Amino acid sequence: MKQISKILFITAILSLMISSCADVNKDKKITDGALGSNAAEKVYVAPGEHDEFYAFVSGGFSGQLSVYGLPSGRLFKVIPVFSQDAEKAWGYNEETKPMLNTSYGFVPWDDAHHPDISQTNGEVDGRWVFINGNNTPRIAKIDLSTFETTEIIEVPNSAGNHSSSFVTENTEYVVAGTRFSVPVPQEDIAIKEYKGKFKGAVSFISVDPDHGNMEMAFQILLPGFNYDLAHPGRGTSHGWFFFTTYNTEEANSLLEVNASQNDKDFIAAINWKKAEEYIKQGKFKTMPANYAHNVYDEKTHTATSTMKKEVKVLDPAECPGLVYFLPTPKSPHGCDVDPSGEYIVGNGKLSADLTVHSFSKMIKAIENKQFDGDAYGIPIIKFEDALAGVVSQAGLGPLHTEFDGKGNGYTTFFISSEVVKWKLGSWEVVDRKPTYYSVGHLMIPGGNSRKPFGKYVLAMNKITKDRYLPTGPEVTQSAQLYDITGEKMELLLDFPTIGEPHYAAGIAADLIKPRSKKIYKLEENEHKYAVKNNENVRVERDGKEVHVYMTMIRSHFTPDNIEGIKVGDKVYFHVTNLEQDYDVPHGVSMIGANTSELLIMPGQTETFVWEPKQVGVWPFYCTDFCSALHQEMQGYVRVSPASSNIELSWSLGED
Amino acid sequence: MKKKSRILMLVGALLPLFLFVFPLWNITLEAPQYPTPLGMDIYINDFADMHPHDIKNINLMNHYVGMKYIPESIPEFRIFPIVIIIMASLGTVLAFTTNYKWFLGWFIVMALLALAGIYDFYLWEHDYGHNLDPKAIMKFTNPDGTVMGFQPPLFGTKDILNFRAHSYPQLGAYFLAAGMALTFISYFVGKREKTSKLQ
Repeated sequence: MKQISKILFITAILSLMISSCADVNKDKKITDGALGSNAAEKVYVAPGEHDEFYAFVSGGFSGQLSVYGLPSGRLFKVIPVFSQDAEKAWGYNEETKPMLNTSYGFVPWDDAHHPDISQTNGEVDGRWVFINGNNTPRIAKIDLSTFETTEIIEVPNSAGNHSSSFVTENTEYVVAGTRFSVPVPQEDIAIKEYKGKFKGAVSFISVDPDHGNMEMAFQILLPGFNYDLAHPGRGTSHGWFFFTTYNTEEANSLLEVNASQNDKDFIAAINWKKAEEYIKQGKFKTMPANYAHNVYDEKTHTATSTMKKEVKVLDPAECPGLVYFLPTPKSPHGCDVDPSGEYIVGNGKLSADLTVHSFSKMIKAIENKQFDGDAYGIPIIKFEDALAGVVSQAGLGPLHTEFDGKGNGYTTFFISSEVVKWKLGSWEVVDRKPTYYSVGHLMIPGGNSRKPFGKYVLAMNKITKDRYLPTGPEVTQSAQLYDITGEKMELLLDFPTIGEPHYAAGIAADLIKPRSKKIYKLEENEHKYAVKNNENVRVERDGKEVHVYMTMIRSHFTPDNIEGIKVGDKVYFHVTNLEQDYDVPHGVSMIGANTSELLIMPGQTETFVWEPKQVGVWPFYCTDFCSALHQEMQGYVRVSPASSNIELSWSLGED
Repeated sequence: MKKKSRILMLVGALLPLFLFVFPLWNITLEAPQYPTPLGMDIYINDFADMHPHDIKNINLMNHYVGMKYIPESIPEFRIFPIVIIIMASLGTVLAFTTNYKWFLGWFIVMALLALAGIYDFYLWEHDYGHNLDPKAIMKFTNPDGTVMGFQPPLFGTKDILNFRAHSYPQLGAYFLAAGMALTFISYFVGKREKTSKLQ
């Protein structure tokens, strides 16, 4: 009995010790975590301080582009691009409606994919961001002095504009490759006639080096494969562009099976300098087309949409040396070029391997004419002849690769949900870190250039499941930030994103910050309906159309009361913000107006339309808390019956 | 009489001409909402923005408490330049033609004019800060119940509601002061030159 109680006593002591040991371990674990490694400190940007990098993260199905700071992961702005945005009146006000015009009419949404920052000498220069609309093929340009979309060009002969919008190293071109091959020109044919009849167009859109104006320079009509992603050559391979393809089977139904039969698909290597020569020699065909080119003018604060009617097309079968195919396993997704330009990585989505092609070997094979047959007249280079190496069995479902400029590649693996770091040249895996969950793209600021800022990698996840507080069936997507300055990657932060992020572009904040505009200069405002001083404020009638030339400044509208409007009128409120101070926008909205508010920056003019349907006196007001007297910033419009003969009159401040 | 005092007098009389290039005075307003402060440079012939649109923004701020807009121009902007040109010309003539006693005379006149200018500036500031619109949006009173004024300091720094106002001379004023100092010195140098000549 005594023995038993002794054992019990010892057991009790032991269990106490063990549990206290466990407690110690628990505490230790915490110190080994975020605090131990200073992860929190590394992403902490103190109040009032600025982040080191801008990250422009695509909004995917939101159609927009969001602007984050790194390393903090703080969201600064969602730039409306392809989707109407009631907050900013994008696509609602008269000035920006033309931006969303297409050959199909007004399309108020798109699937925004791959942002890319303009480059000079292969380095990101922070002048513009380009981003593609996937659904109704378009390329948009965002001006980084105003963080506004200033140009959208539609891409003809294209469908599913996925392998874009990547820029060459002096922003000579931004490319747009079609994911879906289609009949070119479109015609009423049986879908079964796909093979041979459907074509895949890749487009080269030139960018004016001074103003950034985009123009559809030429298209190359490739075989009817799916053109998935693309990257420009740089350094030694400058002048070339590489596109991954899948469905080289040219299947048209149940693609998940039928387009996954070939062991190898292709990376199409396009010599665009050669294309320029062919264009110069006149070896192109001018095809009739119909596509919109929409330009927002910063002086008139107004967009115009022009329909373009033709496009220059090159046929690779008639242009030797223009295109070569590099066999690449298997249904490769991402196509990435290292900072030196020598290595072209095919991320074999359905393979466990990364295939790395050598640019110099490819050139040698071309010179020696070592081809393995051709496809539709396009020479196929032997797989082994251009092969630089294989990162083998690095994970499952490789999608995209970026580079740190220190000899390492970082590849996302969708199925095994991880980022894998590997060495260029030796092709060995150095490190791997899990992502939460199912990572798609990744981004190293400047990683898409000759000179990456190799400090962080941002992984963008498709699925988050339990990672955040639940919000019903639909939960957020996310981005995760890793420190890559050491041999091993370190997860620092994850944060929710707007929509589903497909790729992002990052740049040192110092390259953009000093150029960011604070106001629009009132004296430079050339809007057709701008009024720059209160003497010119007026209301004019033209039949049933009424134009209100209105101003706003803290804290009143001029005029604030208007009479003589009739039921059935179409009233245009052209409102100019007379402020010339930083961060003093005003908003305006009218009761019952079938449109959004206007949010007008200092020095800017915007227009909304109101069609009054009821007799009465109706208020409008400022929607942006602009000053201590914001609540007083309001006005009335008297609406009389259509038959009334009350003259137009307007006033401010009369008692 | 030797040259030295004349040169001092000449330089001293001409230095105030820099008032045509550099501002005389500056008033700067700081507030938490203005990480870049609002400021106005006062030239002898103009009010100028320290940063683009500052005066417009000062006016916008001040209209809440009923202060008048800072005028485009004031009569002083016509008078001050004439005074400076006359005094510089007069000083130049004196430097070449008269003796040191006149140098002191010039200095005294200039000093009186400067004082008058400062007094005039004070009067303008006082009116600007106290002559408020009776329909002012916000009316503030002092603890003793009198209407609060918003006069910026003549010289120095002062807190006015959420603003901290700084009022300090600028490069033009320093040139004026240096010029005056030189003419004052020229009087003594001239005096010494005369004594040494007599000996």
